[in-house]
Amino acid sequence: MSQPLTSTPYTGGVPAPVPTGPVRLHINGETRTLQLAPWTSLLDALREYAHLTGTKKGCDHGQCGACTVLVNGLRINSCLTLAVMHEDDDITTIEGLGTPENLSPLQQAFVDHDAFQCGYCTPGQICSAQGLLNEGRAHSEAEIKELMSGNLCRCGAYVGILDAVKEVVDKESSDVGA
Amino acid sequence: MSQTNHIGKGPNRVDGPLKVSGTAHYSGEFNVPNLAYGYVVSSPIAKGKIVAIHADEVRALPGVLEVFSHDNVPHLAWFDKSYKDQIAPGGSPFRPLHEPDITFNQQPVALVVADTFELARYAAALLRIDYEQEAHETNLETKRAEGFVPGKGKTGFQPPPPPRGNPDKAWVNATHQMEAEYAHGAQHHNPMELFTTTVEWRGDGQITAYDKTQGVFNVKNYLMGVFGLGKDDVRVVNQFMGGGFGSGLRPQYSVFMGVLAALELKRSVRVTLTRQQMFSIGHRPNTLQVVKMGTNPDGTLAALQHHALHETSQFEDYTENIVNWSGMLYQCDNVKLGYELAKLDIYSPQDMRAPGAASGNVGLEVAMDEMAYAAGLDPLEFRLRNYADRDQNVDKPFSSKKLRECYQQGAAKFGWEKRTQEPRSMRANGKLVGMGMGGGVWDATQNKSAAKALISADGHLTVRSGTGENGTGTYTIMTQIAAETLGLPLEAVTFELGDTDQPEAPIQGGSWTAASVGTAVKNACDALGEKILKLAQKQDDSPLKGAKFDEVEFVNGQLRLRLDHDQAVVLRDVLQASGETQLEADSSATPNMAKQQGYSMHSHNVAFAEVEVDEDLGTIKVTRVVSAVAAGRILNQKTARSQVLGSVIWGLGMALMEETIMDHKFGRYVNHNFAEYHIPVNADIPHIDAIFVHEDDDIVNPLGVKGIGEVGMLGVTAAIANAVFHATGKRVRDLPIMLDKLL
Ligand code: FES
Ligand code: FES
Repeated sequence: MSQPLTSTPYTGGVPAPVPTGPVRLHINGETRTLQLAPWTSLLDALREYAHLTGTKKGCDHGQCGACTVLVNGLRINSCLTLAVMHEDDDITTIEGLGTPENLSPLQQAFVDHDAFQCGYCTPGQICSAQGLLNEGRAHSEAEIKELMSGNLCRCGAYVGILDAVKEVVDKESSDVGA
Repeated sequence: MSQTNHIGKGPNRVDGPLKVSGTAHYSGEFNVPNLAYGYVVSSPIAKGKIVAIHADEVRALPGVLEVFSHDNVPHLAWFDKSYKDQIAPGGSPFRPLHEPDITFNQQPVALVVADTFELARYAAALLRIDYEQEAHETNLETKRAEGFVPGKGKTGFQPPPPPRGNPDKAWVNATHQMEAEYAHGAQHHNPMELFTTTVEWRGDGQITAYDKTQGVFNVKNYLMGVFGLGKDDVRVVNQFMGGGFGSGLRPQYSVFMGVLAALELKRSVRVTLTRQQMFSIGHRPNTLQVVKMGTNPDGTLAALQHHALHETSQFEDYTENIVNWSGMLYQCDNVKLGYELAKLDIYSPQDMRAPGAASGNVGLEVAMDEMAYAAGLDPLEFRLRNYADRDQNVDKPFSSKKLRECYQQGAAKFGWEKRTQEPRSMRANGKLVGMGMGGGVWDATQNKSAAKALISADGHLTVRSGTGENGTGTYTIMTQIAAETLGLPLEAVTFELGDTDQPEAPIQGGSWTAASVGTAVKNACDALGEKILKLAQKQDDSPLKGAKFDEVEFVNGQLRLRLDHDQAVVLRDVLQASGETQLEADSSATPNMAKQQGYSMHSHNVAFAEVEVDEDLGTIKVTRVVSAVAAGRILNQKTARSQVLGSVIWGLGMALMEETIMDHKFGRYVNHNFAEYHIPVNADIPHIDAIFVHEDDDIVNPLGVKGIGEVGMLGVTAAIANAVFHATGKRVRDLPIMLDKLL
């Protein structure tokens, strides 16, 4: 048996790509104007154009959470949104939360609880958790597990992730109570 | 008191701050100047031929640099051996973009390179390719009768041992018998990081490849062979890998593509696969197993037979050790083990966490449960009655084996004594409750490794070895070993890895890194220590004059006599007084064959699992798992625990979720993304206890480590499957156990 499989009929000349234009983003408190094609995802804009590679690409389809960043304080899958839709938005990436010398409480809790192995899902996990904290959500263990379930971790560091987030959530709520 | 004893403690990962702050650089994160982007086009058919590639249409787009395909790839190495990597199985390795023939679905057929990622992706989507399709076969069931016994296989493959005793007669005459067939589909590694290569063009035909790999030297040798590059023309680097699990043991087509484009275009190029394409780079093969067991009146095994058949590609005979473990985990005098492959129109399978063992373990350990029930015995009691004190496969004693202690400590922690034997006899929260167990065995291996140690005048120690860090904690444990050997705090030590400019280390896999590289690191530090002692002894009035190396020790930044701690010098003073700016020493480590040849060397584990099953909905929730592991010395309690927890989660995924589904009509995996290939998420995770059973073993290697990356996964899948049976009375023999199989 032999049957041909021919691609979509050729209609003569492929359409030229849409030209690039400037997009202004406020990333980690710094204003950056990037020259981008309109179909550039926020994730690719961060990684390939702003050279902020802390935000990771695990699927490019909104299925893994590795690309989670905070846009105006809210959690978002940066692969599922175009950079041009964020003109003048405030974007916080993992690099904006802390540095190796000056880790944020969540980052330090992740280190202390060994809440990662390869570390590739980790920036997304931390940004998600930071989003939960910002939103005042996730108080019980069950809530944290449920709300952190949009962030896949193939290394299976979930136990440490839960413990790390819980430590910071508990600490923040007791600080508020005090 | 020594503050510089680090081995066996649980310090935080030394690379932790980099990983949590987004400053650890993975392969796709070297944004070198003038970078072009490659996007791979994959075949939509499983078998046939490319008739035409209409490349000129997209080549005409401004910003598109080239379309590479079999039409225009330059002359590369001709012989198969140039394409064979260190662990290539028998057969002819796949050569990307080599010929118009299609031998598996999603075969890479073209690489579009453009100035930007967006443009490369756009052009790739527009590239028209005409195919002539041929009939394919992707269904292992249809090949049952065509299984064949593979030849030599890849490095590390051991054909099953010949039968012992009279396994057929013993089975027929047994007091109780069982016979069953077990199956699981293909599973994909799916590390979170996509396969990526950033190839930096250094000019003059020289490149540096930042590649996602578990073996930088393996990739370097492959590139030298395929592209005819000299030793100095290519450097391969991987300092952080976003998960491997075996997917990075062999060079992947992403690195081939990136290097091809960089050499042809004389420009830096990055190639990143899509998540969908991550299902075209090897997998745990679809496997069918038959197990037969019989017992004597006293509950000892009278006969054990285990046969496995799995898929491979048309071009390579991928092999793994599936059934061999069944001949060594339990005492049995009548054993027959069989292993066959069948060729399908798919890509070659590839080692995936506990390759072979994870598959065979499900057959063996679910069968053990079935046999225990047939013989009317508690599954733990049944295993204890069949405990093996010797490895009968090779007729040697074990160098160490604390599996009995694993059983005892695991059962105690889990509360196994509360289990009632009868299926469907336990309930809680309106659900059926089941408790199951399973155990496993994995090789303790050491491979040749080299390391270099350097100490500067200010007392900072740097140690290098070209191994890898994919989440296992390599940076941390090597830092601990080096620091302890020379009596330094962890902060005074930097361990560097993942670069072919460093001393050579083996591929990172098989749970052998701690033993192999760890020993090399220790040896290099000892060699450096001897030099430091000589320097110290050269100084006037040295309290160490005349001391031999084994009479001194490095502790708390000092070098002192073992028997008289007051006879000491400060390490930094010695270095500074010597006037040397830096001291260095190289060393390597190989297994001590003379010491080891009389022994069988393995790690063991047992897992206990509890499930709750909602009978109306068929949903299964794993509520608790206890995993007890005997794997020699544990170097870092914290990272080791994480590895075991991660392994348990892998076992859970294999039991209840993971399966890559082939649509045989198209010969194509249909759930090739993270929405449809299910892996455990945080909400699925039970309470997990990891127990490390103390095990001393000075035969395996001087450090006494056996490795824990694989062994922790064994037993778990079977324990969950057995718990589901205990809860429901239904024996599901094809994984994953999803709710439809219980309704
Ligand atoms: S990369 Fe965005 S969700 Fe996976
Ligand atoms: S730490 Fe490796 S994927 Fe989460």
